[in-house]
Amino acid sequence: MTEPFIHLSGVRKTYRRGGEAHLAISDATFDVMPGELVSLVGPSGCGKSTLLKVLAGLHPQDEGEVRIGSGTHAFDPARDVGMVFQAPLLLKWRRILQNVLLPAEILGLPMGEARERARALLGLVGLEGSEDKYPYELSGGMQQRAAIARALVHDPKLVLMDEPFGALDALTREKMNLELLRIWKESGKTILFVTHGISEAVFLGTRVVVMTAGPARMADNIAIELPYPRTLDMKTHHAFGEYTRRIYRLLGME
Amino acid sequence: MEASSNTLSRTLLAVLAHLGLLAAWYAFVALGDVPKYVMPSPLATIKALFDANYNWWLNSGVTALEIFVGYFLALGVGVTLALLFTWSKTLEAFFMPLLVSLNMIPKVALGPLIIVWFKYGILPNSMMAFSIAVFPILLTTARGLRETEPELLDLVRALRGSRWQLFTKIQLPGALPYIFSGMKVGAILAVAGAIVGEFLSSDKGLGYLMLQVQVTLDTPAMFMAVILITLIGVALYGSVLLLERLLVPKDARIA
Repeated sequence: MTEPFIHLSGVRKTYRRGGEAHLAISDATFDVMPGELVSLVGPSGCGKSTLLKVLAGLHPQDEGEVRIGSGTHAFDPARDVGMVFQAPLLLKWRRILQNVLLPAEILGLPMGEARERARALLGLVGLEGSEDKYPYELSGGMQQRAAIARALVHDPKLVLMDEPFGALDALTREKMNLELLRIWKESGKTILFVTHGISEAVFLGTRVVVMTAGPARMADNIAIELPYPRTLDMKTHHAFGEYTRRIYRLLGME
Repeated sequence: MEASSNTLSRTLLAVLAHLGLLAAWYAFVALGDVPKYVMPSPLATIKALFDANYNWWLNSGVTALEIFVGYFLALGVGVTLALLFTWSKTLEAFFMPLLVSLNMIPKVALGPLIIVWFKYGILPNSMMAFSIAVFPILLTTARGLRETEPELLDLVRALRGSRWQLFTKIQLPGALPYIFSGMKVGAILAVAGAIVGEFLSSDKGLGYLMLQVQVTLDTPAMFMAVILITLIGVALYGSVLLLERLLVPKDARIA
């Protein structure tokens, strides 16, 4: 059995807001295997985003163990994390290609190579021909594709996605889900995908980690035994319904 | 096509409006039997420009220099202070309310003091221009630097980017539209500041010249001085606009 790429054990994190301590995560314990796409699902304020920040090395945990990387999959915290947020957050004054290149610039990678890679990635996310456009010339969905290309440009081993499709309309969102699965398969990255869409979490994930709010805690870690490539009609399958129902129950919505 | 013909007709209307004002001025003086010392004709005004006694070049140069020095000092100080504020929350919390209060001082009222501090000549008039132009530049820049989305900061931090990279790649270009909007306001105010300085005390400059010729009711020269002051202001404002066009993509500009 291969070693996990991410190992979280008893991770606890509180943060202060206005002098008051809030428990953001209490006891997050789960493993992620290399190349997995794990969905983190839960209501707002359950600490999903905080967990991503802990993994990105932005905030250290208060207690518990966070180990990323393994013997076979080395991990450099400075350059092996790609991030995608709910808003595309492209720089308005840069053309798309220059936007995608931002992480490569910050890391000081050789730019010739990076530029080639950025062009290839724009192809991968379906944005060939938009290299020289400004962000405002693209739709919300296309901007988010560019943001995904930006998260991959420095070839990170881990991609952290924080509700990346939360701001898109339902149809675009479904389309982007299919696109993400394709990009994931082609790039072989390990992805942590935060969402509060239960059906989205099940549809994408190899596993779904369920978190509940008030108090923030991990409720379950469900392996999704649906085959890839996944198709939209799987959402009508009995097994799919079982998974979503189980998560709804965990979140106390049934 | 439609957009460009629309722009063309707008430009045409703008030119017509200015020519119309000139014609109205001419007609008013010619038909209205207005004494020359009240309102000179456009021709008399132009004629004043060719009278070497007024030293137009020197006086315009001095005024332009005062504006230039004060304006660029305001730009440097304003942007630097704003930057320091984004780096230190304590510094901002301490100085920002103070600066907002200082901004309430009508800067023109500082004129006599500035003369006490800086004697007279180009320096006090530059300081006058500076004191009046620095606040809008500082306040808009500080606001622009604050507008950076926190997630973008996370993105740079996750890549262990330096503070300098964060500033040059994210914060400064993000704040540019704000800086330019402050610079545009500052450009107009700097001109006013320098002229007020010259009114109060000076021995050169267009403001000084206006006071000199006022004694003899030489209104054509006063008109010409106002026109030249305006042109200096237009040149400064125009350069700022041009620079903005070069540096800030259309979508990111603030009107």
